Amino acid sequence: MIEVHVSGAAGAFRIDAEFTVTEGGVTALFGPSGSGKTTLINMIAGLLRPERGRIVVNGAPVFDSQAGVDIAPHRRRIGTIFQEGRLFPHLTVRANLVYGMNRTPPAQRYVGLDQVVDMLGIGALLTRRPATLSGGEKQRVAIGRALLASPRLLLMDEPLAALDAARKAEILPFIERLHRDIDVPVIYVSHAMDEVLAIADTMVLMAEGRVVAVGPVEEVASRAGTGGLGHAETVIAATVAGHEPEFGLTRLAAPAGALRVPRLDRAVGSMVRLRIRARDVSLALSRPADISVLNILPATIESIDDHGDGTVDVTLDIGPGPRLHAQITARAVHDLALGPGARVHALVKSVAIDRYSPAPPSQSSDSGT
Amino acid sequence: MPGLTPEEWSAVQLSLRVALLSTAVSLPFGLFFAWLLARRDFLGKGLLNGIVHLPLVLPPVVVGYALLVLLGRKGAIGAWLYDTLGVTVAFKWEGAAVASAVMGFPLMVRAIRLSLDAVDRRLEAAALTLGASPVGVFATITLPLALPGVVTGAILAFARSLGEFGATITFVSNIPGETRTLPLALYSYTQVPGGDGPALRLAVISVVLAMAALLASEVLARRVAARLQ
Repeated sequence: MIEVHVSGAAGAFRIDAEFTVTEGGVTALFGPSGSGKTTLINMIAGLLRPERGRIVVNGAPVFDSQAGVDIAPHRRRIGTIFQEGRLFPHLTVRANLVYGMNRTPPAQRYVGLDQVVDMLGIGALLTRRPATLSGGEKQRVAIGRALLASPRLLLMDEPLAALDAARKAEILPFIERLHRDIDVPVIYVSHAMDEVLAIADTMVLMAEGRVVAVGPVEEVASRAGTGGLGHAETVIAATVAGHEPEFGLTRLAAPAGALRVPRLDRAVGSMVRLRIRARDVSLALSRPADISVLNILPATIESIDDHGDGTVDVTLDIGPGPRLHAQITARAVHDLALGPGARVHALVKSVAIDRYSPAPPSQSSDSGT
Repeated sequence: MPGLTPEEWSAVQLSLRVALLSTAVSLPFGLFFAWLLARRDFLGKGLLNGIVHLPLVLPPVVVGYALLVLLGRKGAIGAWLYDTLGVTVAFKWEGAAVASAVMGFPLMVRAIRLSLDAVDRRLEAAALTLGASPVGVFATITLPLALPGVVTGAILAFARSLGEFGATITFVSNIPGETRTLPLALYSYTQVPGGDGPALRLAVISVVLAMAALLASEVLARRVAARLQ
């Protein structure tokens, strides 16, 4: 369990953030640049002192202004992986890896050098210097170095932001495995929704130094778009119900009903996350018969928000689970005489649905050391 | 060394001894003050910075005189040292080392401070999160990364010491075999008839030693820098 309730300043920037995560697994700290994510991470790591508040990791306070607790960063056992890797240039990869491990009493270590080297595939790099590594290799070594200190909590501050798409795709599976193989709670800072959807279980939404929402990724991610923090979209958790090999399609069971998406190489029963952008959703008053769109969901209009630019955001109740958002023109609202309470059909093209496979839920929600 | 009279040889040896002692003794202080100036904010930092750099701009004879007043056997600190511990550096070769240490100190502190400034503070933060104590971070991250500057600073101070004249002659005088370092011996030879030969030889030796020190500094700094790549 991680409990953060801090206020303080970094330069002219004020932060006043509060959230509690009771589940283990990966918690995404999500928000636009300048929303205070890195400041918050530095406060949790002990590199920045909040003016007041409380930070508790697995029941042990590392900071508590009222009780006068402020544990020095090197005694917190909170690992941090930085955007730029921050490998020590004068040490070999091996010396970088064991730097934290050698400073951790053997009784507190929960992972060994061989296991980490194996998991991250960095065995061939051990004798090299950081300057000779590629960006992706550096970041893998940085992850290994932080892990080998056997932290009670792992902070990842946009570890993929400095990498190109190919390198990102190279690292993401390691972060997923990290969670599966080593049960350490992770706080993952990002402003990229696709990364969050791929790896996070819980999401903390930040804006202007404050926490706007906390909860399961599906719930909070859908809110992230409507709060003016990005494009409106809907994130839905679904399970693989079956495949239609003759058409190269996969049938998914979502709380709101069945959906068809292009083939997913996933076993029946496995969980996926779907991301449906509001601009990819169309509305019809009656169920269209002869149309190429495979996903037609009966829905009730809950509300209509006028963007003032000729488009509106329609919030749709599609049954249990999160609301579906549709971005349509104000003209269409007028022509179809749409309003709250109206019954419509939402049309979603199969190919417009993005699929993410989140890390499987951890076996136990209690992921202490 | 062939061609050198015992007096000339003694001056060369004495100079090296003085330079080594002054560099060795001032290095820890140089590191401390460079770190203080590079990494700490405190009241009177500007004043401390000024004091450290003063020997660079003051006439050396003023520094020598100040040392005489402070550390001479009747000086403010010197008298106390002599009365309680029975030691004195006045008119001793150790006094010459003190004079050179003070004169070379600004050069040493400057070089080390510059290299400390160049160390990426984010690496130090990373080391803290890996469990290294602040002292451990300094020893394993900061110091190794600043090593080229530390080496340069030490060699600059060493070379500066080999050339020290004004503060030395004012503080510990010009005693053959005790405080007559190479520059002082050279000066003495120019003051007596027939001293041109020895003076020239000592001048050549001075040039060779100074060049050797600068070259060594270059080679060492480059080797250390290569290790950091």
